[in-house]
Amino acid sequence: MKHFLNTDVVSREDLESLLDLSDEFVEVLDRQIPKVPALRGKTVAMLFFEASTRTRLSFERAAKALSADTMSFSPSTSSLSKGESLKDTALTIKAMGADALVVRHQSTGAQWRIADWTGLPVLNAGDGAHQHPTQALLDALTIRQHFGTLDGLRIAIVGDIRHSRVARSDISTFSKLGAEVTLAAPSTLLPVDWEGWPVKVAGSIDDVLDVDVVYLLRIQAERGGASVFPSLPEYVSRFGMTRQRFALLAESAIVMHPGPMNRGVEIAPEVADHPRARILEQVSNGVAVRMAVLFRLLGGEVHDE
Amino acid sequence: MNETLFTNGKIVTPLGPISEDILIKNGAVVEIGTNLKTSGEIVDCGGSLVGPGFVDIHVHFREPGQEWKEDIGSGSAAAAAGGFTAVVTMPNTEPAIDSGYLARFVLDRGREEGLVEVVPAGAVTLRREGEKLAHLDELWAAGVRIFSDDGSPVEDAGLLRRAMEYLAELGGVVAQHPEDRGLTRGGHMHEGSVSSRLGMAGLPAIGEEIMVARDLALVRLTGARYHVQHVSTAGTVELVRKAKAEGLSVTAEATPHHLMLDHREVERMNPDAKMYPPLRRPADVEAVRDGIADGTIDAVATDHAPHAAHEKDVPFEDAPRGIIGLETAAAVVNTAVGMDAVEFFQRMSIGPSQIAGLNSQGRWPEPGGQANLVVFDPNAKWTPDVFASRAENSPFIGRPLKGRVVATMYDGRMTFRDGKVQR
Repeated sequence: MKHFLNTDVVSREDLESLLDLSDEFVEVLDRQIPKVPALRGKTVAMLFFEASTRTRLSFERAAKALSADTMSFSPSTSSLSKGESLKDTALTIKAMGADALVVRHQSTGAQWRIADWTGLPVLNAGDGAHQHPTQALLDALTIRQHFGTLDGLRIAIVGDIRHSRVARSDISTFSKLGAEVTLAAPSTLLPVDWEGWPVKVAGSIDDVLDVDVVYLLRIQAERGGASVFPSLPEYVSRFGMTRQRFALLAESAIVMHPGPMNRGVEIAPEVADHPRARILEQVSNGVAVRMAVLFRLLGGEVHDE
Repeated sequence: MNETLFTNGKIVTPLGPISEDILIKNGAVVEIGTNLKTSGEIVDCGGSLVGPGFVDIHVHFREPGQEWKEDIGSGSAAAAAGGFTAVVTMPNTEPAIDSGYLARFVLDRGREEGLVEVVPAGAVTLRREGEKLAHLDELWAAGVRIFSDDGSPVEDAGLLRRAMEYLAELGGVVAQHPEDRGLTRGGHMHEGSVSSRLGMAGLPAIGEEIMVARDLALVRLTGARYHVQHVSTAGTVELVRKAKAEGLSVTAEATPHHLMLDHREVERMNPDAKMYPPLRRPADVEAVRDGIADGTIDAVATDHAPHAAHEKDVPFEDAPRGIIGLETAAAVVNTAVGMDAVEFFQRMSIGPSQIAGLNSQGRWPEPGGQANLVVFDPNAKWTPDVFASRAENSPFIGRPLKGRVVATMYDGRMTFRDGKVQR
């Protein structure tokens, strides 16, 4: 694996082996000194052209837990604001000695261009509304920890699927790992054309309350997701995970959310704080799966000191 | 005495190609026949077709205002290399061509370069802002025959109605870039299965069709000559077909890329697959091809839209829209659409010339006519790599094509020969 850009092109075997490796790093992160020297001497650059807290910090933590050095970049304080092109920015950071680039960008496919320009391993930390592959891995890991497998599970993804890179990565990952995925959203928040996608589609959250996992998504106002339904209360009445709906879920079912959450919209505050909401486990697992991907791409070896 | 003799070619006549020679003297065709002799230059056509020079009624030469992308000189060179002897430049320059002196500037610059007849289209509205009529009389007097706000649609139906009424009186053509922005705003590619997978906002087919349908209602009201620019969907082809059957004075053009490429090209997220209208579904490509083949679509027009390399060397969504097309047009059409030589030259030369009202272009070679000719080998195989255009934003680079321009003659002078533009 040279890059990690798109879950659509990762095989089930590779996904499972990354999850197995992630399990090992979960164990490393539990140690008193949660650090291995696997990527000592390597430098990982974080290029986040779009606002991010959890993903950037998670990648930084992952790189440091592997003993890699990190460099960080944010567009508001960079030469981009002086008119530098994305290509020149990427080549500049390469020239400083980065061994791999972790990139988030608001434009679909920016990571593919950067990979072409620099020839460095690129990890996609989210491109437009297209892909967010490490999120899908951490989601799969979280589900696997709870149920032991994704095979045969029923997973509902609810909310702004049209504008969600998380949904696109999750759908291919979950279905490849054997789960049955159902989407629930108003038609204006579904993809325009999902023919050929490995999913079923439901018209309301009430049609999917018999599943094993309810995966909630935020309305992406910044990508135009707010102007496509009449009002938030109407959205909540058809698609919100309210307390009442949560009570109808199976005892074994869990609720997930990639964050950031809008409490009171897609998820009621009481649900967000319930032990069967695995949202903070997802965040913890994020560090482990990002360690696994960095480790795979930068070709480190696991050895304890 | 300046003479050129084309030998060993197949001269395209309305009844089909004939194997005869054609002699040019002082800018005009003087004789077509066998075993002609000359003391001047001899061009051995090697069995290629000799037909009327291609005419492109939709190019962007970026002058004035954006000469780093292209100018009338480099654009003219690209036209000559592509076998064209006339082009109609779109008015979305800076400033926009919305008054007489600006149109005369483009005409003068074209003559100065002398490689191809350069005729400006005029804006429909002042500064192409869609609010007030441009100086239509001045533009007409300067020689403008096609009026368009291309790049933008004329959205306001009331304003378009007035433009149609006014131009119907003059005899001008209202050419529309059909795009309902309420439906297309924010879009980067065709709205469909590929855009959904890539998570990109799309321009739906109906965004084009709904405006053509509305405009046709205004054509019924005003009797104007109406031209649909860059038809890209099956629905638009059908609207044009019905409008013609109804007897409306409607014409249409399609680009070479919409005859060959579909939206799956965008899967690789190459900015050279980005243009408006976008590449559509395979079924649309098929329908546009059929429209060209059966004459529903009168003209191939390239929408040659040069951009500098650094402007396209960005992520797909951040890239400017448009691709160059002059130098690959004939080959792409010849590769993509099964037509005989007569039909081919009708769509590449006769049809577009008639729409643009060009008197000395788009005429079957015959004694007395101005010598605007192209020598085209429909069987030559090649792969585009370098261009006479200043730009190289072409999705056809590296793609094997069939059919190549051997030579171009504009107004009796060779403008392209031996793979080189003849300045």
